[in-house]
Amino acid sequence: MKLVIAYIQPHRLNEVKKELYKAEIFKLSVTNAIGCGQQEGYTESYRGVQMEVNLLKKVRLEIAVNEDFVKPTVDAIIKGARSGKIGDGKIFVLPVEECYRIRSGESGRNAIG
Amino acid sequence: MLKKLFLVLLFGLLVSAGVFGDDVSTGESLQQISDSFDMIWLIISAALVFFMQAGFAMVETGLTRAKNAGNIIMKNLMDFSGGAIIYLIAGWGIMYGDSISGFFGTSQFFLAGADSFVYRDWMFQVVFAATAATIVSGAMAERTKFSSYLIFSLVISGLIYPVAGHWIWNGDGWLAGMGFHDFAGSTVVHSVGGWAALMGAKVLGARKGKYLEIDGKVSVQAIPAHNMPLASLGVFILWFGWYGFNCGSTLSGTDSAIALIAVNTTLSAAAGAVSSMVLIWLMSGKPEPSMTLNGALAGLVGITAGCAVMTPLSSVLIGLISGFIVVLSVEFIDKKLHIDDPVGAVSVHAVCGVWGTLAVGLFANSDDIKGLFFSGNFNQLYVQLIGIAAVFAWTITTSYILFRLLKAFSGLRVTEDEELKGLDISEHGSESYYGFQIFQNQ
Repeated sequence: MKLVIAYIQPHRLNEVKKELYKAEIFKLSVTNAIGCGQQEGYTESYRGVQMEVNLLKKVRLEIAVNEDFVKPTVDAIIKGARSGKIGDGKIFVLPVEECYRIRSGESGRNAIG
Repeated sequence: MLKKLFLVLLFGLLVSAGVFGDDVSTGESLQQISDSFDMIWLIISAALVFFMQAGFAMVETGLTRAKNAGNIIMKNLMDFSGGAIIYLIAGWGIMYGDSISGFFGTSQFFLAGADSFVYRDWMFQVVFAATAATIVSGAMAERTKFSSYLIFSLVISGLIYPVAGHWIWNGDGWLAGMGFHDFAGSTVVHSVGGWAALMGAKVLGARKGKYLEIDGKVSVQAIPAHNMPLASLGVFILWFGWYGFNCGSTLSGTDSAIALIAVNTTLSAAAGAVSSMVLIWLMSGKPEPSMTLNGALAGLVGITAGCAVMTPLSSVLIGLISGFIVVLSVEFIDKKLHIDDPVGAVSVHAVCGVWGTLAVGLFANSDDIKGLFFSGNFNQLYVQLIGIAAVFAWTITTSYILFRLLKAFSGLRVTEDEELKGLDISEHGSESYYGFQIFQNQ
């Protein structure tokens, strides 16, 4: 079992969701995130005073999958989120020790799928 | 408010009577009193109509996304601020200057030779000019390049609106001569703004993500409003300001029609809100706030042309029909024409403006002017149709050419990246909701 964590551009979320759906990955959670990476920030000005903004708005996806779904998940995220420009985001794949479904008490492969 | 108004009026009466009562004849003294009433009434009405700018700003801000709020505010502020100056330089002269065969005014530029009566009238008219301009801002929201919009705003306040206004509201205008009746501006103000808005939205194209092409078919997406309370505050402010817009258009503080006009304005707006709510309830299963707010405005635009020559019952009917029209028109423009008008400006102002102007030809029932249902003949309706068509042709042509020119020379639209980032940051370098985390996935 793996946990796929991806940071993407917010406006790419719909595209990514569509690609995941096509790859038959229906379960995900989404949180808003701010952060900085290679993409530079921008300058705002308030009443004539400059201010640097370098924490940019991103969307964080978390998808827990079984091993055979790792590749399709990663591919789908890349397909949906990639524009070729700096700032497209990153994907991390982490091992997952255990997973339980609260309602049924199932664990492991069955709980994830 | 009313009590205050009454006291102000009474004060005006006493002052003019006291000062002039002793040494002039009664006739002249009555004239002085009546002039004072007019002065007070028109300036108060002008202030009420000015407040409609706040209404427009709130409606447009509320009905669009948080990332563009500051941009909308800037457009509304500049519509009035730039518009007032250009109306001084050119607009007023073109609209109310000496007429060249009923088409174009040619004197009083820079308010040359004005006395206090002209100042009074200018003040009342400049707020109308700004209203026409600011209608366009909503339809072009969330994607227009700010600098190009400023140029457009100056041209509509300085040329497009004043020419149409000259035809209808200048005593020597050719449509005025034919007996075209548009009391407070369903056509002059609202249709001019609305048609220009239609051309703007058309030339500009839709917001990104509004119309998606899926398997060769266009799928219409919703881009929801970010602040419904602000939008509704805006509608209430507009409704409030409309009492100045319609009642002030008597151009006289001693006209007893003011009361009827206020009643008609109220009833039509109320009926518009009710009927649009009922229709959208039937169509979508829920009484949706944003469409109902549009319905109240539709009722107001619908009664603007005929508010002085209708019975209250006719006004209710006109409002009810306006409410139906606005819902159907919003659906048609969005789902059939695929023209992206984020706030429904074209439906409210252009389409209901046309309906209101036509309604004069149907429901008018006063001593001077009678519509089809009360006279049994088509004379007035025919004249109303000519006026509607003429203003349509003039506005569509001039604004289309202008938008095309802007598109070719300075660019009418921001880039896709700037649109995604939001116009607050990309056009103005500042956020409207600093300290709030606003995330948008479109």
